Amino acid sequence: MEKLATRDGYGKALLELGKQNQNVVALDADLSDSTRSEYFAKQFPDRFFSMGIAEQDLIGAAAGLAFSGKIAYASTFAIFSERAYEFIRNIVSRNKLNVKIAGSHAGIFTGEDGKSAQAIEDIAIYRALPNMIVLQPCDSVEAEKMVFALADYKGPSYMRMHRNPVPVIHKADYKFEIGKGEVLKQGKDAVIFATGTLVHEALKAAEILEKEGIKVYVVNIHTIKPLDNNLVIELAKKTNCVVTAEDHNVIGGLGSAVAEVLSENFPCRMKRIGLQDKYAESGKPDELYKKYGLDAESIAEEVIRFVKKR
Amino acid sequence: MAKEAVLELKQKAKELRKEILTMVYHAQSGHPGGSLSAIDVMVGLYHYKLKVDPKNPLWGDRDRFVLSKGHCSPAIYAVLADRGFFPKSELGSYRKINSMLQGHPELSTPGIDFAGGALGQGICFALGIALACRLDRKSCSVYAMIGDGEAQEGAVWEASMAASFYKLENLIVILDKNQVQQTGKVKDVMDIGNAGLKWKAFGWNVIDINGHDMSQIVKALDKASKMKNKKPTIIISNTIKGKGVSFMELNHKFHGKTPNDEEYNKAIEEIDKIDVKKFR
Repeated sequence: MEKLATRDGYGKALLELGKQNQNVVALDADLSDSTRSEYFAKQFPDRFFSMGIAEQDLIGAAAGLAFSGKIAYASTFAIFSERAYEFIRNIVSRNKLNVKIAGSHAGIFTGEDGKSAQAIEDIAIYRALPNMIVLQPCDSVEAEKMVFALADYKGPSYMRMHRNPVPVIHKADYKFEIGKGEVLKQGKDAVIFATGTLVHEALKAAEILEKEGIKVYVVNIHTIKPLDNNLVIELAKKTNCVVTAEDHNVIGGLGSAVAEVLSENFPCRMKRIGLQDKYAESGKPDELYKKYGLDAESIAEEVIRFVKKR
Repeated sequence: MAKEAVLELKQKAKELRKEILTMVYHAQSGHPGGSLSAIDVMVGLYHYKLKVDPKNPLWGDRDRFVLSKGHCSPAIYAVLADRGFFPKSELGSYRKINSMLQGHPELSTPGIDFAGGALGQGICFALGIALACRLDRKSCSVYAMIGDGEAQEGAVWEASMAASFYKLENLIVILDKNQVQQTGKVKDVMDIGNAGLKWKAFGWNVIDINGHDMSQIVKALDKASKMKNKKPTIIISNTIKGKGVSFMELNHKFHGKTPNDEEYNKAIEEIDKIDVKKFR
């Protein structure tokens, strides 16, 4: 299967979007080669703004552009977008401005750069902002669709992207809709709600589990906020065995979002797979996933333990 | 500008000083000091310089005014009401529940171009507007007012660097240099040093004025809007926090403290006695 990084999808789609919509502008904070916004920058130098290594100004200027009617895509690393958190809170989300924040190199999947670059709290903090929607593609095709969908969506968003390639599981004609979970695999005994890179680990885990006689649903949650509550509740009722999987701290991310919905609508036992409230370290992404319990084998083991306990 | 016209503006500023004090007095909440230092320039902007249309607040070709020091909301509300953006009767609801006049400005209020309250953000926002206006080939100017205490925020300098880099001659920043911030004198809390030299070094045009002298204000605003040398312009508006009320002047206690009954009456009395011909 072809492998591409979600950031590649972002860059490709932003360029295409720029061709179709004159109102689209892009900004970056000296990471346009890494975030792939450089594709847009090269084609549309007048509509691209290099802000230097200055994330607060990146967001403030993007907000001013959006206030003036532009659709402003502001990209940097997920971790550095957090530098501008209070700007995002007080200008962007407070005023519902049309700023599309794109945070790349999220999660420990970033690898060798280590703790300082591995954003594991971004979903939590952006989810807490009124008016803000939070999305995370699981492959480059989904990232492309997301960029276009966000242009049609009026309001602020945070899109979480990744440095390293992952299998492209979606076809070009994939119909993407903000806020709708995607059931990738039907199941019976348990459901794994996964997001981003862990969608692939969850799919592999499902294969391992199948050999053990356990059938699990695998659901791609590309929109963490607003969460597809109906789907979450429906599959919780069907399985009574809910697992979440994310490359993010278990506090505040997808696991928390699912727990919030279920505790009010269908309280049931849950297992949240993610970083257990700790920072990781340098290493290859697959080594890190294994060590921190985010790889397919670890997920499968957790599910087996969880299903047996029931 | 004719002397009589300048005098009229001065008279206007005198009236609005009373509105400011009345608003914070009735709310028993709000920031009188910085509003009193900024009001003369705001009158110069809204009653003389800005191309705005109170009947069409979001007019696409208007000049923009970003009040970055959003705690000075009484000043901008007073001047917007006076220009007819909303009824003056709204001023009595300032900071009260269900009011259109929030403690710090919100975009939902007619005439407001920036939702302030968190310092260091307005100049970045104004920069974005200025970029958009240039992209859309609009001839309007983008004005932003920041405080001298606010200049301690790093983001002010991020934006100042970027405005010069992008040669934004349509951006005019007014530094309301009122010398005082919440806990004391700016020079004691964190001295910003020679502001003019700093912005000059950042590649800006610098105009230095007495920000309570209306004739200097209108001249500076005219000069700034005519500067077409591919540089942003800053007007260093030397002011006095609490200007016009003796016991509030340069008194940091009145940054965010409201007058009690006695203080309010005394303040109004003092403002009534202002001889606008001599005021500067």
